[in-house]
Amino acid sequence: MKKFITLFLLLALPFGIHASEGMELQSADIDLTDKESLQRGAKHFVTYCLGCHSVKHIRYLRIALDIGIDEKKVVKDIAPEGASAYDQMQSAMNAHDAEKWFGIQPPDLSLIARSRNADWLYSYLKGFYTDKDKQFGINNTVFKDVGMPNPFWQLQGEQLLLYKTVDGQQVIDKLIIKQPGLLSEKEFDLLVNDLVNFLVYVGEPVQLERVRIGKYVLFYILMFLGLAYMLKKEYWKDVH
Amino acid sequence: MKPTRLTLVGNWVLDRFPLTKLWNEHMAHYYAPKNFNFWYYFGSLALLVLVIQIVTGILLTMNYKPDAKLAFDSVEYIMRDVSWGWLVRYMHSTGASAFFIVIYLHMFRGLLYGSFKQPRELIWIFGMLLFVALMAEAFMGYLLPWGQMSYWGAQVIISLFSAIPVIGDDLSLWIRGDYVVADATLNRFFAFHVIAVPLVLVMLIFMHIVALHEVGSNNPDGIEIKNNKDANGIPLDGIPFHPYYTVKDIPGVAVFLFFFATVIFYMPEMGGYFLEPANFIPADPMKTPEHIVPVWYFTPFYAILRAIPDKFAGVISMFGAIIVLFLLPWLDRSPVKSIRYRGGIYKKALLLFVISFVALGYLGTQPATPTATIFARFFTAIYFGFFLLMPIYTRWEKSKPLPERLTDQPALEERISDLREVFEEITVLKPGTVQNGTSFLGSNVLMRRPNPKGILNVIIRLAKKLKESLD
Repeated sequence: MKKFITLFLLLALPFGIHASEGMELQSADIDLTDKESLQRGAKHFVTYCLGCHSVKHIRYLRIALDIGIDEKKVVKDIAPEGASAYDQMQSAMNAHDAEKWFGIQPPDLSLIARSRNADWLYSYLKGFYTDKDKQFGINNTVFKDVGMPNPFWQLQGEQLLLYKTVDGQQVIDKLIIKQPGLLSEKEFDLLVNDLVNFLVYVGEPVQLERVRIGKYVLFYILMFLGLAYMLKKEYWKDVH
Repeated sequence: MKPTRLTLVGNWVLDRFPLTKLWNEHMAHYYAPKNFNFWYYFGSLALLVLVIQIVTGILLTMNYKPDAKLAFDSVEYIMRDVSWGWLVRYMHSTGASAFFIVIYLHMFRGLLYGSFKQPRELIWIFGMLLFVALMAEAFMGYLLPWGQMSYWGAQVIISLFSAIPVIGDDLSLWIRGDYVVADATLNRFFAFHVIAVPLVLVMLIFMHIVALHEVGSNNPDGIEIKNNKDANGIPLDGIPFHPYYTVKDIPGVAVFLFFFATVIFYMPEMGGYFLEPANFIPADPMKTPEHIVPVWYFTPFYAILRAIPDKFAGVISMFGAIIVLFLLPWLDRSPVKSIRYRGGIYKKALLLFVISFVALGYLGTQPATPTATIFARFFTAIYFGFFLLMPIYTRWEKSKPLPERLTDQPALEERISDLREVFEEITVLKPGTVQNGTSFLGSNVLMRRPNPKGILNVIIRLAKKLKESLD
């Protein structure tokens, strides 16, 4: 038995250690009940992202219904010009041009918050820094050698990556703002957070609804369990 | 009394169809041992999950498009635009995992109480065929969402067939219908998943149950209740399946549904185990994901495959891991069925087997680093050791004497008072709180705080009990 426990501990060892690569992810503050944030996020998405990335699995109407604003308001304030409430959030950029400009069509972002996660997106959008060796002069701390330029360079300003030396090796230390942008750091964080919040919502528009329904379902099942158990007890009282 | 029109119609049918006979044979006059415990819920639960899968599956096919260009988007269409489509889809995806949880526990029950042993070998064989069919069903179903993991998982598993000498390459080409996993593969997998394999499953379940009802159910004591019959030929320790076990299975269903609904409504991805993150990216034949990991229920076998250095030997071991299960009734030479009366060696071997199965399952989800591979080999050896050494160690060990009649064990709900005692032992009253005589559980919990000494005592007692029960 003792040998066995030792073996088991030995097994657990190699998996407890995780080599950390790159920078740790920052945590996004996701709150899908914050309709204001979702509205701002949708607006930011159309302004900064929709030029290249579609979110084709959602319609403007659905956003209006879920966020609880008038559909006319969504069309007027959020959707790009010419879009109707029944349209999906399609990008205006066509695949042919995209491949010519970026080498690849920018992916649809409907499910990006589910394949990555909120913290990754938040850190990624804040993680662009100047790197002269790259095609767009830019690199990213969480997605190395990414082919996407920084869409927020005007807002965030220019970021530099600082290294420190640990055990004779260069390790990523932190990002600093070299040239401040149009927004303060706090304002910029809020913008990115709103955007990520919106992407999390878009990844699964029904998530608030399912959590809301869930408690009724579980309550019903518990009631049913009580009743079923009483029935069983009644039948089984004569089994000895 | 003049028969009503309804009874007349009923009699007309009964004169022509043996409904009463069927009902009596399989429900009202089918005598099951009266001492079924917790482990005996999983058979009926497996049937429930099958029904859930068939009903939700039918609903899904109404909006799903088996076309490489449309499949991924049609799933998202179901998730967003189809009324309640998200619920149906989550029920189906959670149901797949629930099916394997239930089936693994159902099979483990067989290992615990020797339900595979003579005269129930054929039930076990049908059950194993069901398990294989279920794996095929799950594997082909997993391709249908056409995500990255669907695609590359299928690519890896089908390419395993190409390891077979001589015919391998042609065989995998024949399975895929193309040189890579493509539209042709998706279409045929859809056909198999939706109609061919479910038909096989239903037929096998029918035979599984017919075979079971022919010889009668085993029980936690592993003795035949048919050896003790009353004057009417009814087993003394048997009770009619209906109503006793039908009403007993209903609360089991409720408990299962409680967990099932919790997953569906609060954690449908189950931390990336039931729905893998990479499967939210559409399949891309040009881009291989970093780690290709099958869904959790295949990972023990996947770990065995990777543990073997040679590809063909690995494939053989992986299939061998399933084939040895078929041979179980003939590998076990113990004169007793139930673990209650077996010697200590089988108990320890079974414990080791469970640990190795879970460990292999975990290793299968991890990247194959050199250390992980060494551990996977170690556990693969234990896995096969459990089966292949069984003819030796089950003959060695000294089993305990069997009782003449079924024994009485406290039921789950009768142990609640024990649990309360344990709770009182591991906690102490908060200083300054006055306990009045009429405290009920809720306020009791809030008034107490953990007692380290009590917890230690309980752990030591549990460990001693565990050690005792392994002898």
